[in-house]
Amino acid sequence: MSDPILRVEGISKTYGGPRPALAGASFELAKGEILGVVGESGSGKTTLARCVALLERPDAGRVIFKGEDLAALREGQLRKRRRGIQTVFQDPYASLNPTKTIGDALGEVMLVHGLAVRKEIKKHVAELLDQVGLPTTAADAYPKSFSGGQRQRICIARALAAQPEILIADEPVSSLDVSVQAQVVNLILDLKDRLGLSVIFIGHDLQLIDFIAPRVLVMLAGEIVETIPADRSIADARHEYTRALMQAVSKLETLAG
Amino acid sequence: MSDVTLPPLRNRGPAWLYEGNWSLRIGLVSFLIILLAAIFAPLVTSYDPIAIDLAKALQPPSLVHWMGTDHLGRDVFTRVVFAARVDLQIGAIGVALPLIIGTIVGLIAGYYGGWVDAVIGRIVDVIIAFPFLVLVIAIVAMLGPGLINLYIALTVVSWVLYTRIIRAETIALKKREYVLAARNLGFGHLRIMFGHILPNAIAPALVFAMSDFALDVQVGATLSFFGLGAQPPTPEWGLMIAETRSMMLTAPWVVVGPGLAIVVVSLVVSLIGDGLADKVRRLDG
Repeated sequence: MSDPILRVEGISKTYGGPRPALAGASFELAKGEILGVVGESGSGKTTLARCVALLERPDAGRVIFKGEDLAALREGQLRKRRRGIQTVFQDPYASLNPTKTIGDALGEVMLVHGLAVRKEIKKHVAELLDQVGLPTTAADAYPKSFSGGQRQRICIARALAAQPEILIADEPVSSLDVSVQAQVVNLILDLKDRLGLSVIFIGHDLQLIDFIAPRVLVMLAGEIVETIPADRSIADARHEYTRALMQAVSKLETLAG
Repeated sequence: MSDVTLPPLRNRGPAWLYEGNWSLRIGLVSFLIILLAAIFAPLVTSYDPIAIDLAKALQPPSLVHWMGTDHLGRDVFTRVVFAARVDLQIGAIGVALPLIIGTIVGLIAGYYGGWVDAVIGRIVDVIIAFPFLVLVIAIVAMLGPGLINLYIALTVVSWVLYTRIIRAETIALKKREYVLAARNLGFGHLRIMFGHILPNAIAPALVFAMSDFALDVQVGATLSFFGLGAQPPTPEWGLMIAETRSMMLTAPWVVVGPGLAIVVVSLVVSLIGDGLADKVRRLDG
C-alpha cells in the first residue's frame, strides 16, 4: 500500500459512558480500495464511521485525508473539505428529507459546492439517477414514493453528487430485504470500479463483508482486534473473537440446513 | 440502466384538495368568507359604522337592521362586519409576530444546544410562569392602551410557546440521518436549520397557531372590553359589548351580534387547526 488516501491514527471517542465507544482505532485506506469493517452491534462500527466523516469529533487521534488532519480543523474550514468523504447511512427511511423532491435534494448538493451551474442541474440530476439505476422521472417525486432499496440508491446518488473520493457505507443494506441487498451491494461495487472510489463498507454480516472486501477490520468493544489482509480468507482468522463469530455463522447454517 | 420501476406518482397540488378533510375545507372556506366580508365591508352593508342617529336608537332586529341598532342608533350588523377588520388583524398580527420570532429562537436553541439553549430556556420558563392574560394586561397597562401596544404585549408573551414547540422538534430532528447527511455534505448551519429542519418542524407550530389565533381574538376583545385595546368609536367586538352591556337585559341584541362573531371566528379557526392536526398525523403515519 504505497500512498493511502486516508490514514486514521488512534482515534477515540467516549460518550459519557464508562466504556469508550471507540478506543484508539488506526487503519489506512488505499485509493480505490474497498475496506470491510465487521463487528457485532455496539462494537463501535458506527462511531468509527461518524468519526472518520467528522460527524462526531473524535476525542483524540488524527484523521488524515489527502495529507491533512481533518480532526484538527475548525468547523468552517472543515465544511469545505467535507464533500470528499461521504456517508450512506443505515436507515434509508430517515436518510432523506421528506419535504424535498429527489431532484432538489441532489441539485442542492451540486449548487452549494458550485459543481454545476443552475441551468444544467436537471441534466446532472438525470445522470446521477441513471448511475444508480433509477428513472429520471424520480427527480420530481418526494421520498415517500420510494421503497427502502430505492431510497438507498437515492442516498448513494446524493453522496455521488458531492463527487467524493471516499464513500463510507454504514450498514447500507442491513435494513433492506435480502432480495434487494444484493442489488445495492452490487451497485456500490460497480460504482467503486467505474468512479475509482475508495470505500469503507461496514456491516455485521461476516460472510457478506468477506465477499465484498479483500481486507477486513474486525471490531470488538471499540477496538480493532484483527485486520484480515487481502491474501487471507476470513476462515483462517487468528483472533479468537473472529473465530467465535465464524463458528456462530456455521452453527446457524447447520441449524438451517 | 433503469432496472427499477417506480410506483405511480401521487397527484400534484395541495393534499387537502384531494384528500377528504372536511374540517379543513369548511374552516378555510368560512374563514375566506369572513375575511372577504371584512375587507369589502362597505359593499356588504350600506350603513355607516360610526355615524350617530339617536332617532333610531335601540331598535330590535328587523329586515332593515338584521341585528338591530345600538344605543347610539348605529346598525349592529354593520359594526360587527367592520369590527372583523380590527379583530382579524389582532388575531393575524398576534399570531404572525410570535410565530416568526418564536420559531427562529426555538430553531437556534434546539440546533446549537449548550449554553445558548440554557439561556433561552430560562427566559422561556420565566415568561411561561406568569398567567397569560395577567401578563398581557400588565404590559398593556404599563405601555398604555391601544392596539399597537396590544400587539407588542401579545408578542412578548406568546413567542415563548412557539419557541418551546420548535425547540423540541429541532432537538428530535437534528439526530435524524438526513440532517447528519446535510452536515456531511458540507451544508452551512443556516441552510440546515431553515432548509432541512424547519420545513419538518413547523407543522405542530402551525396547528398551535390556529388555536392561538382564536385566543388572541378573545384576548383582544377582552382587553378592549376593559378599555385597554381598541378605543371608541372604533368598531371592535369586545368594545361593542362593553359599551352596551348596561342594556343587555332590555335590548339583548346589542351584545348578541358581537358575541356571536367572537364565537364563530373561534370555531372557524379551530376547525382549520383540527384539519391541520389531522393532516400532520397522516404525514407522520
